[in-house]
Amino acid sequence: MADRFLELHQIKKSFGRQTILNNLNLTVNRGDAVVIIGKSGEGKSVLLKHLIKLITPDEGEVRIEGENILQMDFNELSIVRRRFGMLFQSAALFDSMTVAENVGLGLKESRTYSKDVIDNIVMEKLSMVNLADAADKMPSELSGGMRKRAGLARAIAHSPEIMLYDEPTTGLDPITADMINNLIVNLNDRLNVTSVTVTHDMKSAFKIADRIVMLYQGKVAFDGSVEEVKNTTNAMVKQFITGSSEGPITE
Amino acid sequence: MNIGLEQLGRRGMMFVRKIGGLSMLSVQFVNSLKKLHRSIPLVFEQLYYLGVRSLPLIIIISVFVGAVSAWQAAYQFKFIGAPLRLLGQAVGKAVVIELAPVLSAIVFAGRVGAGITAELGTMRVTEQIDALESMGISPVRYLVLPRVIACLFMVPFLVVFANFIAIMGALIVAVNGVAISSETFLNGFKNSFEFQDLFNGLIKASVFGYIIGIVGCYEGFNAKGGASGVGQATTAAVVISSVLILIFNFIFAVILFRI
Ligand SMILES: Nc1ncnc2c1ncn2[C@@H]1O[C@H](COP(=O)(O)OP(=O)(O)O)[C@@H](O)[C@H]1O
Ligand SMILES: [Mg+2]
Repeated sequence: MADRFLELHQIKKSFGRQTILNNLNLTVNRGDAVVIIGKSGEGKSVLLKHLIKLITPDEGEVRIEGENILQMDFNELSIVRRRFGMLFQSAALFDSMTVAENVGLGLKESRTYSKDVIDNIVMEKLSMVNLADAADKMPSELSGGMRKRAGLARAIAHSPEIMLYDEPTTGLDPITADMINNLIVNLNDRLNVTSVTVTHDMKSAFKIADRIVMLYQGKVAFDGSVEEVKNTTNAMVKQFITGSSEGPITE
Repeated sequence: MNIGLEQLGRRGMMFVRKIGGLSMLSVQFVNSLKKLHRSIPLVFEQLYYLGVRSLPLIIIISVFVGAVSAWQAAYQFKFIGAPLRLLGQAVGKAVVIELAPVLSAIVFAGRVGAGITAELGTMRVTEQIDALESMGISPVRYLVLPRVIACLFMVPFLVVFANFIAIMGALIVAVNGVAISSETFLNGFKNSFEFQDLFNGLIKASVFGYIIGIVGCYEGFNAKGGASGVGQATTAAVVISSVLILIFNFIFAVILFRI
């Protein structure tokens, strides 16, 4: 049996009268690179936030290594959260801090490294996203793409086991996007990082993914390998990956 | 009629939910005190940012509060024929017990409480608070603790200044407007001055500071939906903390000053 690392089990989540996730099940195995696709507003970001309880479901369980994180106290949960790195869709940089301070905050607060070590790690991670020159800038001085990359550097600062990427290439030029794709693939392959990526950039999805999951109407509508996606007869998935405005999704 | 009741019911529910939320945040705040040592630099940052920078405003309002209370007291004294040598006593008591703590707190709520809500509300709607949590950092320890502690200490600190400046304002009016000597005024003040009054005023002030901090943080944490949501939260923070300050002030009066 595969190693069930992360599990969303029968997750239900509504905001007011709007049901976003409806008895959703998803399993991520250790070392997996799962990509979640689905149209805007379908609940992809909401799903991602459930994995570290930034959003609490109305029903269901969120498990890591079989343990339900919804029942943990704040300290246990914090320890679990530090095993993750999360890139937010909006980057969510702390706007009162410089880029370097943003990247170094988690390390500083963990109180395990000296200032020199932190400075080195920060510069290393910023170089990985081609942002070393912007270390002393404030987030308000950055372009959208630069913010995204700064957010990425912050997310990988503590070398997490699991990465959650929310639209990592949205708003980037094609060359930078490819660089970010390579970075994500490298982390997965070389450092054996498990990852869950939300995107609707299909080029990026095909490059990153071992498995592609399509979210539709609060449920997993498709779950398969890149090959299976490319050869699928599922009309919904076909419509999405070819980017057609006509098909079952829009009917 | 029916609609009115329903609306009233909804308002009531909202009020109960707010009180519940504020109590819960208070419990979390007290729990986070265990990790106070980790947030000391943040506390000092906030003390400076929230407190010291409020001093000029507190000084300006205190001069005029002192001045107008001397003027109005003199006016009432003339009516009832009370001796003007008692002016220092009457004004001194009013300033130290009520005016300085309450007005400083209300001004602080408008300036600092609103600022806290606007800052934390913006952090909430731009997912910065989620980002903190995602890094395993407690937003209560990192954001609430330093701000509430800073308010708790800063309001009494400012009230000490407010007391002093308001008495000076009153003295200026007494000498120039009412024509009693500064000696008479200050003797009246000194003879009636009790350390207990000052102490009670400062205790009150720190309770007000706590209210401003915790309400400001609570409203910021619960802001929703972009800039307009942050605006609404900010207004709510000022209104709620001002009302709570006046309610608690009355409770203090009943407890501390037995008629
Ligand atoms: N905190 C929230 N409160 C209310 N509604 C929300 C909240 N977060 C997301 N939603 C709603 O949930 C739906 C899914 O959002 P999201 O997961 O961001 O979509 P996407 O798939 O584009 O990432 C949207 O309709 C959004 O308006
Ligand atoms: Mg999204």
